Amino acid sequence: MAVSAPPAADPGSAGTGDRRPRSRRPGRLRTSLAFWGFVGPFLAGLAVFTLVPVLWSAYLSFFDATNTVTPLPEDFVGFGNYADMLTDRAFQDSLITFSVFAALIVPLTFACSLGLALMLNKVRFMRAFFRSVFFLPFACSYVVASLVWKMSIFNGVRYGLANSVLDLFGVEDVAWLFNPDPPWYWLVIVSLRLWIQCGFYMILFIAALQQIPEHLYEAAYVDGAKPGRQTFWHITLPQLRATSVAVLMLILIAAYQAFDEFINLIGNQAYARPPLVYLYYTALGTQQDLGRGSAGALILALIIAIVTLLQGRFLGFGNKEGR
Amino acid sequence: MVAFRNHRPAPLAALAMNRRRMLALGGLAAGTGALAACGSNTGRGSGDGVNLSQWYHQYGEAGTQQAAEKYAAAYEDAHVSINWIPGDYDTALSSGLLAEKEGDYPDVFEGHLNRAMVESGQVVPLDDILTDVLDDYTADDLARNTIDGKVYGVRMIDDPQFLYYRPSLLDAAGVTPPTTFDELMAAAADLTTGDVKGLFLGNDDSATKLFQPIVFSAGQTLLTEDNRIGFDKDTVIAGALQVKELHDSSSLLVGAPTEAWDPSSIIQELCAIQWCGLWALPQIAEAHGDDIAVIPFPAFGTGTPTVFNGGWDTFVNAASANVDEAKAFVKWLWVDHEEFILDWNLSYGFHIPPRLSMRGGAEQLQTGPAAEAVRISEEYGWAENPNWTPTMETAVDDMMTNIVLEGNDPSAEFDNAVATIQGELDGIFG
Repeated sequence: MAVSAPPAADPGSAGTGDRRPRSRRPGRLRTSLAFWGFVGPFLAGLAVFTLVPVLWSAYLSFFDATNTVTPLPEDFVGFGNYADMLTDRAFQDSLITFSVFAALIVPLTFACSLGLALMLNKVRFMRAFFRSVFFLPFACSYVVASLVWKMSIFNGVRYGLANSVLDLFGVEDVAWLFNPDPPWYWLVIVSLRLWIQCGFYMILFIAALQQIPEHLYEAAYVDGAKPGRQTFWHITLPQLRATSVAVLMLILIAAYQAFDEFINLIGNQAYARPPLVYLYYTALGTQQDLGRGSAGALILALIIAIVTLLQGRFLGFGNKEGR
Repeated sequence: MVAFRNHRPAPLAALAMNRRRMLALGGLAAGTGALAACGSNTGRGSGDGVNLSQWYHQYGEAGTQQAAEKYAAAYEDAHVSINWIPGDYDTALSSGLLAEKEGDYPDVFEGHLNRAMVESGQVVPLDDILTDVLDDYTADDLARNTIDGKVYGVRMIDDPQFLYYRPSLLDAAGVTPPTTFDELMAAAADLTTGDVKGLFLGNDDSATKLFQPIVFSAGQTLLTEDNRIGFDKDTVIAGALQVKELHDSSSLLVGAPTEAWDPSSIIQELCAIQWCGLWALPQIAEAHGDDIAVIPFPAFGTGTPTVFNGGWDTFVNAASANVDEAKAFVKWLWVDHEEFILDWNLSYGFHIPPRLSMRGGAEQLQTGPAAEAVRISEEYGWAENPNWTPTMETAVDDMMTNIVLEGNDPSAEFDNAVATIQGELDGIFG
């Protein structure tokens, strides 16, 4: 980043014949100017769009802030909103919904994107074409994809794509999204997110695969290893460790932020309502309960922070490749 | 409108941004609230005089937006711009009402009254512009706009919701129009064929929307006059279990391409009976001609049939810089201007004019299914209660979903919902 701008690249001292900086001070000033020049806008953006809202949200979470973002002092309720949210069964259920979602989407995305990357890495022709084809869905918005999934593929009537296919086998129409028993809605939600995000993680894996030195494989072959499962488990996978850890973390955090597809596919239903959808309706729908909504958002942020830190610790996030 | 947040990780830079994205979640509530008021129409004139911004939800019927603009253009004492909001109107409106800058908020808006709007000072009382016509509205229409003796909203349209059915399909199956819920279940089963389901109540609300019919069918109510819970456990559980039975049968259409407010399902012959509103009658009649009739929602247990009298009201934003001008405009359009009121109620979708004195002039509602709709609306209709908060509604919605779709223990679900409602009541009136 900006910090690495070398102080020696000072155009003022070029051509004077004097290699030594004339004084330490201007150099240092320039460095820090460059530093703030690059970092400043980012920090300002962070402050305005993240820190202020977070702090404001923390402030609101201690008030009965209904229909207002500037509550009066007498509306102070202490930790009341936090207690309400933690004992609110709908909020607890939303955390369970999320956990089920994460348990499905994290391993599936990981396996699919790694699988795609391995296959593409082996393909000898039209590589760029295949890479683009699998990456393209990532450019599609969740809202648009949700509409396609909901209206044309998985609608519950006879002319939906999925139901037409089932019809060929004489299976009755399935109400994919609106009947939680059996929970077919997970198929719709998970397949949508897989379709969109696999391509992105696939690219990360391809980049990492190309970094693995060829001589490792050659040495293994010399020692009698067989290509395929053996080299995959003992060379490829260990070499991908840092990327795998990062990818797992990214998938999990993206899953925590699940909102678009849930709200567009199912809306406000008790059986499939992740935390953000619930908080959206609490804070921003007609309820406009910004106090409880903020408390819930902070509880959620805390949970994500803890889980991410634990995950990073157990999986060794930030370690170098191959260690 | 609130823009949906994009949850894809920022390409490549995503790793470095983990922490920031994490914190951003915490800022969601406040952040989106502040950013959300970005939907206002800026097409304002630069001339002298007052500018007013009027907000509507998106009506589904062709010509409605042009009509709203026509009314606004005809008003001479202020320049009125129309903000026509598609999508999640409630959320857009809630955010708009938080805005403090002129042009970001509506001066005049349509919506539904709830107590929180009054307690947080978002709407102004309109008693003074309504004095002369108070007895020209139904008692229900006044009650749903009244909090603590003051009237805050002017009724624009009455929209009864009931069941549409195709007489030809019922005749062919040898079914008579159902009057009880048991008959409705039997009819739905008899009418279900390979291609057509018997009954369509909605996709995401096919269970939740029946809570209030259960309550009102038994002659009970959501909240009593003195704001206590107005329904009892046995009634609700018995009704909910019947609804579960209906859902467990395979005669209910679920997962239709559109929700039940849209008549597409009955028009496209996906179902024989559909829950919808009076507004859709012209569209349905165009598709099926005389082969359409209406009935109130059948009775639960030994109760009466019910009809939900929905509709819309207009309010004046208390934060407006031009409250008096906004009130004058509301009086001009929704109280005094009979021609426009009738046009809005009858020329696009059908609605019952809320003004009793104008109903006589509504020729479109004098015959056929429309006349029947008006009759059942007056005989069996019930209205929402402004003290029934969105939190209470979510509590009973979740209860219905959990009993009907998830098969959870009804008694525990009921107790849980009642605890939430009582908590709300204690917080408001305690």
